[in-house]
Amino acid sequence: MERSATSTMRLFGLLLSILLLGAAIVCSIAFGTTDIPLSQVMDSFLHYDASLQQHLVIQTTRLPRALIAGAVGACLAVAGAVMQVITRNPIASPSLFGVNAGASFMVVIASGWLGLSGMQPLALFALLGAAISGAIVFVLGSIGRDGMTPVKITLAGASISAFFASLTQGFMLSSGKMFDQVLVWLVGSVAGRNMAMLQGVLPYMAVGLIIALALSRQLNLLGMGDDIAKTLGQRTAMVKGLASVAVILLAGASVAVAGPIAFIGIIIPHIVRFLIGSDYRWVIPYSAVLGAVLLVASDIGSRYIAMPKEVPVGVMTAVLGVPFFVYIARKGRKAS
Amino acid sequence: MSLLEAKEMALSYGGNHIFENLNLTIPEGKVTVLIGSNGCGKSTLLRSLARLLKPTQGSITLDGQDLLAMAPKAAAKQLSLLPQGPVAPEGLTVLQLVKQGRYPYQSWLQQWSKEDERSVREALQATDMASMAERSVDSLSGGQRQRAWIAMTLAQQTGIILLDEPTTYLDMTHQIEVLDLLQEMNERDNRTIVMVLHDINLACRYADHIVAVKDGAIAAQGAPGDIVDAAMIESVFRLKCEVIPDPLYDTPMIVPHGRKKLVRQ
Repeated sequence: MERSATSTMRLFGLLLSILLLGAAIVCSIAFGTTDIPLSQVMDSFLHYDASLQQHLVIQTTRLPRALIAGAVGACLAVAGAVMQVITRNPIASPSLFGVNAGASFMVVIASGWLGLSGMQPLALFALLGAAISGAIVFVLGSIGRDGMTPVKITLAGASISAFFASLTQGFMLSSGKMFDQVLVWLVGSVAGRNMAMLQGVLPYMAVGLIIALALSRQLNLLGMGDDIAKTLGQRTAMVKGLASVAVILLAGASVAVAGPIAFIGIIIPHIVRFLIGSDYRWVIPYSAVLGAVLLVASDIGSRYIAMPKEVPVGVMTAVLGVPFFVYIARKGRKAS
Repeated sequence: MSLLEAKEMALSYGGNHIFENLNLTIPEGKVTVLIGSNGCGKSTLLRSLARLLKPTQGSITLDGQDLLAMAPKAAAKQLSLLPQGPVAPEGLTVLQLVKQGRYPYQSWLQQWSKEDERSVREALQATDMASMAERSVDSLSGGQRQRAWIAMTLAQQTGIILLDEPTTYLDMTHQIEVLDLLQEMNERDNRTIVMVLHDINLACRYADHIVAVKDGAIAAQGAPGDIVDAAMIESVFRLKCEVIPDPLYDTPMIVPHGRKKLVRQ
C-alpha cells in the first residue's frame, strides 16, 4: 500500500542520514588545526599505537569531541522536538524556554561555589537546574484560567532564561577566578573533553532518548491539543510528565557536558517536519540523527572561522540559528 | 445503548461558579442542541459531559456508571468530543488525523487491527473525505476541514458524539452540509448527538431536543416546537422577536426585532 511505500522511503532516508552522520564524524576526526590523513584515522582504530602522536590525538581528543558533539546534538534536537509538542509551540526549545539556562546556573554553582568537579556530580546538578527552571517556566506559563498559551509560555521562558543567565553572570563576576574556563563552557563548547566525560552523561541521555521514542505515538495525539487527547482517552498529565522527564534528562546531560548550546533544539525539529511530516514516530529518530549531524558539522566549521584559533561551537550554532529563528517566527505569523 | 445523565451537578471554571444543582438527561439516539447567549455556560456544560471539566458537586453518569471513575480509554470508546475550532499539527494528513480516532482501541500490545482499518475507511466514506485522505489538513477549505475532524470522531465509533459549535466559521452551504451529515449519523447509526449551536433556526430544524441555558441554569428544554416561542427567546437571549413556522420544515423560525424602522406594522 501507499503507506508502506512512504515508510520504506523514510527508513531509507534515516539510513542515509546515519551514513551522513558517520561521514561527519570521520571528517571531524580528520580535519582541524592539523589535518590527519584518513589512513591514519583508520589505523588508529585498527592498530592503535600510543607512541604515535596522531593516534593519541585521535583517540584522546578528536574522537571524544566528535562523539560528544553528536550525542549533544541528538539530545538537544530531540528535547526541542518533544518540547514543541507538549507546549504546542513551534519555537519551544531547551535554550529559549530557560531549561539550559537553569542547568548552566546549577553547574556553575556546583563547580564554582561548592568546588565540585567530575562529570557525575555536575551532571546531577545540571539535571536539577533543568528541572527547576523547566518547572518554573511551566507554572508561570500556565497561570490563569486560559491555561498555557503560546505567548505566556514564551514570555515565561524568555524571562527565566534571562533570570538564570544574570544569576550565573553575577555569580561569576563575584567569584572571579574560574572565569575563563567557565566562559568558554557557557557559550557552549565540545572541545577539550575526554571520553570519561561522555560516559558520565551517556546513561541520562540514553534514558531520555528511550523515553522520547517510547512516547512518540502518545505525542502524535497530544499534538492535536489537550482536549482532543483527553477525549480520546489519553492520560495527558502522565504523558506530559514523562515527556518533561525526558526533556530534563536530555537537556541537563547536554548542558553538563557541553554547556548551553542554543538553536539545535529549534532548528532541527522544523527541518525534520519539513522533510518527513509530523509523525513523531519518525520525527524523534530523524531529529536525533540530524541533530547529531548539525552539531558535528557546526563543530567542524567552528575550527575554520578564525583559523588557527577555534571558536566555541555555541557561537557557530547561534550564527546558523538566528536567521532560521526569524524565518520560523515569520512563517508562524503568516499561518495564524 | 448509552445514557448520559448529570445529577445535582455543580460546575465552576476559573474560580467562577457556572452551574449549581443541575440535572440533565441526554435523550438516547436523538439530536440534542444546547442554545444560549454568549457566556451562559453551554460550552462549559458540554465540556463537563465530555470529561474535560470535573463537577465540583454531583455526578455525571453513563449508563449509571460514574463517568469520571471510568478508565479514560473505556470512556473514549463510548463518548467522543469535537471541540470548537480544533487545530491539526502542520502537515498532518487527513488519513493520519482520522486514524487518531482509533487511539482508545490501541495499546502497547494491540497496535493496528483490521477493525481499526475498517472504521477509518468507513469514517472517510461517510464524510466523503476518502478522495482527500492523503491531503494535508491545513490545505483544506473550512468545510472540508470540519468534515475531516468529524471523520475522526466517527472513527472513534462512539454511541455519543458531542460537538462544540461545529458550524462556526463555516459559510451557510457548509453549515448545512455539516448538520446534514450529523443528522445522517444519527438516523443511520442511531448515534446520540449533542451539540452547541448559535443559529437558533438551524437548531430548531435539526434538533429533536433543545436545551436552553441561561445564567447557569436550564431555562427550558424539550422539542423545538413545544418550547421555542417569542417569550422563551426573549427571556434566554434578551431579544425581542417574532416566531414563525419555517416554510420548508415547519419548525420554529426566529425573526429578530431591531432598531431599524419596521416596514410592516
